[in-house]
Amino acid sequence: MEFFERFAIPHPSPAIYASMVAIALTTIAVVVGLTYFKKWGYLWREWLTTVDHKKIGIMYMISALLMLFRGGADALMMRAQTAVPENTLLDAQHYNEIFTTHGVVMIIFMAMAFIIALMNFVIPLQIGARDVAFPRLNALSFWLYFMGAMLLNISFVIGGSPSSGWTSYFPLAGNELSPSVGTNYYMLALQISGLGTLITGINFIVTILKMRAPGMTLMKMPMFTWAGLITNVIIVFAFPVLTVALAMGTMDRLFATNFFTTTDGGMDMLWANLFWVWGHPEVYILILPAFGIYSEIIPTFARRNLYGYTTMVVSMVVISLLSFVVWVHHFFTMGQGALVNSIFSITTMAIAVPTGIKIFNWLFTMWKGKIQFTVPMLYSLGFIPIFTIGGVTGVMLGMASADYQYHNTMFLVAHFHLVIIPGVVFAMIAGLTYWWPKMFGFMLNERIGKWGFWFIAGGTVLAFFPMFISGLDGQARRMYTYSEGTGFGIWNMLSFVGAIGLAIGFALLVYNIYYSTRYASRDIGDDPWNARSLEWATHNPVPEYNFAITPQVNSSEAFWDAKKRGHKLFKAGYKDIHMPNNSGIPFIMSVFFFIFGFAFIFSMWITVIVSLIAILACMTYRSFEKDDGYHITAEELKKAESELRGAK
Amino acid sequence: MQIDKTKPLEYSTEQGRLNILGFWIFIGAEVMLFATLFASYFTLVDRTGSGPSGSEIFELTPVLIETLLLLTSSFTIGLGVHAMRLGRTKAMLTFFIITLVLGLAFLGVEIYEFVHYVHVGAGLQTSAFTSILLTTLGTHGLHVTFGLFWGTMIVMQVMKRGLTPATANKSFIFSLYWHFLDVVWIFIFSFIYLKGMM
Amino acid sequence: MKLKWAILGALFTLTAVLTGCEPLTVLDPKGPQAQTQADVIWISIAIMAFIVITVFVMLVYILIKYRGSKQADSYEPPHIEGNKIVESIVVGIPIIIVAVLSIISVQSTYDVEAKPEGYGDKEPLVVYASSSDWKWHFSYPEQDIETVNYLYVPTDRPLEFKLYSYGPITSFWIPQLGGQKYAMSDMITTLHLAADVPGEFMGRNSNFSGEGFAENTFNVTAMPQQEFDDWVKEVKQTAKPLTEEKFDELLEPGHLGQLTFTGTHLGFMPPPKGHHEGHGAGGEDHSEHSSHESESSEHSEHDNNNNEHNHESDEAASHNE
Repeated sequence: MEFFERFAIPHPSPAIYASMVAIALTTIAVVVGLTYFKKWGYLWREWLTTVDHKKIGIMYMISALLMLFRGGADALMMRAQTAVPENTLLDAQHYNEIFTTHGVVMIIFMAMAFIIALMNFVIPLQIGARDVAFPRLNALSFWLYFMGAMLLNISFVIGGSPSSGWTSYFPLAGNELSPSVGTNYYMLALQISGLGTLITGINFIVTILKMRAPGMTLMKMPMFTWAGLITNVIIVFAFPVLTVALAMGTMDRLFATNFFTTTDGGMDMLWANLFWVWGHPEVYILILPAFGIYSEIIPTFARRNLYGYTTMVVSMVVISLLSFVVWVHHFFTMGQGALVNSIFSITTMAIAVPTGIKIFNWLFTMWKGKIQFTVPMLYSLGFIPIFTIGGVTGVMLGMASADYQYHNTMFLVAHFHLVIIPGVVFAMIAGLTYWWPKMFGFMLNERIGKWGFWFIAGGTVLAFFPMFISGLDGQARRMYTYSEGTGFGIWNMLSFVGAIGLAIGFALLVYNIYYSTRYASRDIGDDPWNARSLEWATHNPVPEYNFAITPQVNSSEAFWDAKKRGHKLFKAGYKDIHMPNNSGIPFIMSVFFFIFGFAFIFSMWITVIVSLIAILACMTYRSFEKDDGYHITAEELKKAESELRGAK
Repeated sequence: MQIDKTKPLEYSTEQGRLNILGFWIFIGAEVMLFATLFASYFTLVDRTGSGPSGSEIFELTPVLIETLLLLTSSFTIGLGVHAMRLGRTKAMLTFFIITLVLGLAFLGVEIYEFVHYVHVGAGLQTSAFTSILLTTLGTHGLHVTFGLFWGTMIVMQVMKRGLTPATANKSFIFSLYWHFLDVVWIFIFSFIYLKGMM
Repeated sequence: MKLKWAILGALFTLTAVLTGCEPLTVLDPKGPQAQTQADVIWISIAIMAFIVITVFVMLVYILIKYRGSKQADSYEPPHIEGNKIVESIVVGIPIIIVAVLSIISVQSTYDVEAKPEGYGDKEPLVVYASSSDWKWHFSYPEQDIETVNYLYVPTDRPLEFKLYSYGPITSFWIPQLGGQKYAMSDMITTLHLAADVPGEFMGRNSNFSGEGFAENTFNVTAMPQQEFDDWVKEVKQTAKPLTEEKFDELLEPGHLGQLTFTGTHLGFMPPPKGHHEGHGAGGEDHSEHSSHESESSEHSEHDNNNNEHNHESDEAASHNE
């Protein structure tokens, strides 16, 4: 019995028991469903073992949507708790757990997954490649991310969730002040999924540098691919910092080392520094792909080419460089003095320049255009004003002296939600709607989509604008409650109403997926949006080999040129296409990583060692495995292509 | 699979070229990893709490032996890759095996060194300084350990399958990894040991 | 277009509220530092409003003028690569704005980090403010008294807070007197404030510190020097002395009301010293107090230890500076 006690929840409540039941029932339903419909084999063959970038992208997307609802449920509970003063819906400990997991889930497991989903699906198509450079590593990336996400999510029902904030500052996150295993979950889950992200970074840099279609020089790449390249460079340079910080944190908690402790020379500020040396570039890892998505959607629906292609690229490069030299602005108030704060204040505000250029370039892209208000375009247009407000408040926060007043308040919360939601979430939904026909061969319903947009945009404004005011009125963030006399009540109530609006918007998105899956027309052709870039030059949905013939590219809008200017994309005849075989290794290895992480969290060292050996065994197997893939012959291609064309 | 005869064997296939570029980028990430460890080391180096400082525990002899072993191993793996380019499988295997043996010897001395540290009261938990010292050295040591495991598999594959584009590619990438560990060690030697002993 | 109006409406509401009859705490300064910060905030709001309005006007204009439903079916938008002049303007103006803001930011940052001006050669009142889960201890070495969870300060005299923590990182914040600063266990941070007018202000820890964080507040009362002196005199007469045992008890995690003592804990439990140089001072003691395993004899031993380290850290600190 003693063995099992460690898995108990330190602060049980009806909500946790309910989620235990819910998780158990869902698991049973999935298992029974799969068995009843005899889908185990299908699941294994088509999904668990797949190395196809398109399917991996879709799996990322489904996971990201699931995490969006997990994080969204957290957000609703937080807003509900603070909607009225002295509310008792949640106690302090649960509120702390919920805002911690909200942050972790949304940043690491939702936003990251969503951008990687779209990069996975779109980038190889945009550059006319067969797949990514290392398809198996790509599968491994996904499964590591997925296992990391699952690991954090089970913390709620096994052993307790982390509760020291998504920033997990020491010494609060140390053993003494956070004795439950929650922070161990945080450390290990982020470590495992971070490893997956790093592999993604390497994979995509190689893919983009080496696998572009003939004729596509770097400056002829579509903007989303450019954004992807820069993002992945940031990933490769930023994530190792997190790896080290998490390793140190884990060792402090489990091996009693003294990195961030308050004894024997430990330095709590080192964690804050390392965390934000990773954490600030992380913000740009999220936002740059979103910029890329808008740079695809706005030209498409303004019916014009992207204005200022070169400045767009240069500004992204500048942003990526600056992103590594601003981290101190997350703790101007740590007492490093006026000089250091002044330097970081200036670098921080400097980011506004390249970002501003991008905003104006998008505006100029619509100049003399022929704007069509489709759902992806609506999100892009909603992005511009809301993000501008989020961005300029960022500049305000960048002024160190004033930041002493904004820091740790709801003003800050309003700022970063108003950049991340229009910047990332809008872009994700816009991108999802835009590339949906590429993924599934039908379109999402425009009418439901527009309703969803207005709820989400309105909800965002209503949920977060009041926080500027309550922040300036002195409401600190992360307070589970406040007294009536503070006068914060009205603003928090407005936020709660806004949060409900957002929830309705997201529910409409899901309903739209359901509705369109059932009722939407499958006869949409290959180019339903009258688009411009190369991914639209193949079929909807994309066949497993992507392009039957490798395209010849002459500009960043090769497909548009092919339509309007007589550029010939496909010159060669059919040739055999080499395909990689599916593999179960990434999935199996990731399961062992999950076991490894779980055992590590609970200090079950024998299991740790066994799972580590199993991981090494997987690597050994992979190293010795001879796998040359297979070929789709020219004959088969010809047949498949004529069928695809005949169907239209 | 297309094999380009004009290029060295390890570069002769498209996948081989991708692997090598990918590995260079991975080394970039590793540079960041060790840079972070070094930055943390320099931050914590004077925070010895109630424990000893570097000059009190560092011993020159084992460190010099370790340096000698690792530098030599970096040289021998270079010879191994050279032999591989000449197509001399036997010579290549010999040099690779010498490299792994030297690596193993390095690891042995490093384990001795760690035992010594713990013995003189500089364990992982003693102070912030000892924590970061042993973590930085340990991270490098773990890389060497993984390298031994990996290198052994590559040697076995070359023995079994001979020099093919795939095995040559793996061997070459392994040599990059090994050189990289050597470079990291030079930094450790200069900035941790020499600076600490002065 | 609804959205734009919604946003514009919200913006106006925001401005109305910010300037409205009941001013927001941060924008209702009662001291020179808070005044500087409020000024910076207003200037930046004004400049930012200019940028926001520019973007909104351009966006609305473009959306109305170039909307697809208005144009002829045959209209083919032109191909425009970019224009050097336009792009220079788009780069240039933001650079000028950022440069202006940088000057303001640097200047005001130096201002709020220094002893407030305009108090002649009055020596600042030094108060050691230390946090423990989840309360604030205020030690007045000059007056040799200590309070918990409330702070009395004289007006028209600069205040110098020495901040540190017996536990997690906290942030000492009295919005109407000035911005916040962290209190940490292994170093002291200094916050310069001053109160110009008598009054009661809200003070709190604004940095999340665990379960009792929400209630981790304190009251600040500013009063003329004469009243402050009277209060000190009264405390000296009525309050009990702060003993080491009592202070250990106070450090236990939990909430306390307002308490007053004569004497400070600075004597028997010195604050950490140095910048970017830690040693166990606060934290080590804290860990022992919370675990309740320490004997008083061990204490003195640790204190000796601490003193030694303090010495080292002084050197390191001067080295750093």
